[in-house]
Amino acid sequence: MVKQIVFAFALLVTFAVFFYTIYRIYRFFTFTRPGFKVDQPGKRFGVMMSMAFGQKKIFRRPVIGFLHAIVFWGFCVILLGSIEMVIDGLAGTERVLKILGPVYNFITATGDIFALLIAIAIVVFLSRRIFFHIKRFEGIEMKKISHIDANIALTMILLLMLSLLGMNTAYTGYKALAGEVVDGMYPVSKVIYGLVGGGNEAGMHIMYESCWWTHILLIFIFANILPYSKHFHVFLSVPNTFLSRLEPLGKLPNMDSITREVKLMMNPETAFAAAPEDTPVERFGVKDCEDVVWKNYFDSLTCTECGRCTSVCPANITGKRLSPRKVMMDLRARMKEKGPLMIKNGRDYSDGKSLLRDYITEEELWACTTCNACARECPVNINHPTLIVAMRRYLVMEEASAPGELKAVFNNIENNGAPWQYSAEDRLLWANDLEINVI
Amino acid sequence: METRKIEVPVMADMFARGEKPEYLFWVGCAGAFDDRYKKVVRAFTKILTYLNVSYAVLGKEETCTGDPARRAGNEMLYQMQALTVIETFKMYEVRKIITICPHCYNIFKNEYPDLGGNYEVINYLVFLKQYIDDGKLKIDAGALDNVRITYHDPCYLGRANDIYSEPRQILNALTGNMVEMERHKSFALCCGAGGAQMFKEAEKGEKEIFIERTEDALKTDPAIIATACPFCMTMLTDGLKYKNKEEEIKNFDIAELIARSLNL
Repeated sequence: MVKQIVFAFALLVTFAVFFYTIYRIYRFFTFTRPGFKVDQPGKRFGVMMSMAFGQKKIFRRPVIGFLHAIVFWGFCVILLGSIEMVIDGLAGTERVLKILGPVYNFITATGDIFALLIAIAIVVFLSRRIFFHIKRFEGIEMKKISHIDANIALTMILLLMLSLLGMNTAYTGYKALAGEVVDGMYPVSKVIYGLVGGGNEAGMHIMYESCWWTHILLIFIFANILPYSKHFHVFLSVPNTFLSRLEPLGKLPNMDSITREVKLMMNPETAFAAAPEDTPVERFGVKDCEDVVWKNYFDSLTCTECGRCTSVCPANITGKRLSPRKVMMDLRARMKEKGPLMIKNGRDYSDGKSLLRDYITEEELWACTTCNACARECPVNINHPTLIVAMRRYLVMEEASAPGELKAVFNNIENNGAPWQYSAEDRLLWANDLEINVI
Repeated sequence: METRKIEVPVMADMFARGEKPEYLFWVGCAGAFDDRYKKVVRAFTKILTYLNVSYAVLGKEETCTGDPARRAGNEMLYQMQALTVIETFKMYEVRKIITICPHCYNIFKNEYPDLGGNYEVINYLVFLKQYIDDGKLKIDAGALDNVRITYHDPCYLGRANDIYSEPRQILNALTGNMVEMERHKSFALCCGAGGAQMFKEAEKGEKEIFIERTEDALKTDPAIIATACPFCMTMLTDGLKYKNKEEEIKNFDIAELIARSLNL
């Protein structure tokens, strides 16, 4: 009974802290702008199944991608075990899902195997970060804190897996020593117990209990650290794939406010009907974190800084300052800085800083070729180019700021309908003296 | 060999005669003004003539789609251009558009619908592939003498619109010696010209993107680098010059290769 009360209290604290965090992040979302509608649930479900559960884009890098897939699929199975632990903890039962019979054997056996595989994968991930200095994990945006963040999360996952294996091993052990039936199947832990062997029943039971508590408390702590780390990814990736932009990568979102203005210029009658007077005056493009659409912010929270985007960015590859990963990290960091201030002082509050320039420089923005390699590569369907272009929109339309050559292009398009300074009169010159061989 | 003069049909003239073509052939600014790319347009026009396609161009009534303005952040200018173009299309009752430039293709297909411009937009490679499939366009694989060709995927055909197979199927019909770069299809590296980069100096860095991409191509030891975009063509041709390879290795558009194989 004491155990149940302690557990219920721990669970309550976990949920309380978690929902407070989520509520704050929700408040941050209310500052962002509306984006596309989340329609076509069937299609979205399909995208989620292939991207998240099928790990489709992760496999664009087959070897390391496979290790990640193991971690992901393993988490899905082990999650069932964690749910069981919560029920057990509250109800005072032991392995309550055993009522599932053969299915339980399957769940426990796969969970046990995955625990080992995940532990191995995590060791590989950690050594890649600590010993091998993979280029993808470096870059101007990868400060010391980013590396610490990554290593803490990986270490926690490793501890989770070790405590799980310890729990299963001790469980197998104490059941065997007590001559009781083992519920579920634990192929890996059985081997481990066989190797370690011995022990007495009471000792094994204590070990089982302590691993159980370690594992579940680590989960509680982990769940509450995640939203403050890049590993919020664990919670948000699956929903982020469901919330993917479904349009072709080549398509930029239309600015309806501009359409109203242009139509006003081109035909005053239709435009007055289309633009109600209470339409709030909105800043064109993105200058600061509250100007982004909600999906940009969701993307930034989902980003786990894997750097696949940056590693395929032509600008970054050739040494320009642009890094698509940095754009996402900057947005997240800026909201973390300004969000609380806006909660306190309202959305219009200014702290004299902005996402543009204080975080993301013009030089970075103008280096993008909009080639969409970053968006194509991102395993969780983050879209960087739409945000980059939205920031260019602010620069050009609010500040009339652009590289000189581009200003010349704008002038040419406006004056003679082509990016170059040629007259429309010459548009058919290519067709002069055109002949075809008669075969 | 006997030759025949091609009179390129212009929309306004056809309408004046009370005729209406099936397709609008959108030439694009590069097609109209870039000396190298004019040759691509001429080659494609020869193929259209050879296939007896009912088409017309807008000629002097054509203008910029607004793509470079849009991607450089000038949404206002883009929409003014787009709405003007949509008006012109309305005037000529345009339903089907053939484009050679992938940037024009992308903006017509994906972005004009938001402004009320809905058309059947066909990329020239998809268009030609259909003629090959229908048996109306017969490519002689021997004509190019099995020359080694590598293909550079334009971002706005590939990643932006998932057109990967048609150019490859056509090239495989043209030569038995088509070779892929290491980074190809959705992994292809940009030539460096997209997003209005074509018109400006690159930001400071260690290297130009077009050189990086040209090196990708050179690693395949090709005789021809095939492209399907005016900007990619400019970039890779510059890359070949930079590498002093412009004598041995040529950069052609797929339309030019088809016209050559047909001896048009």
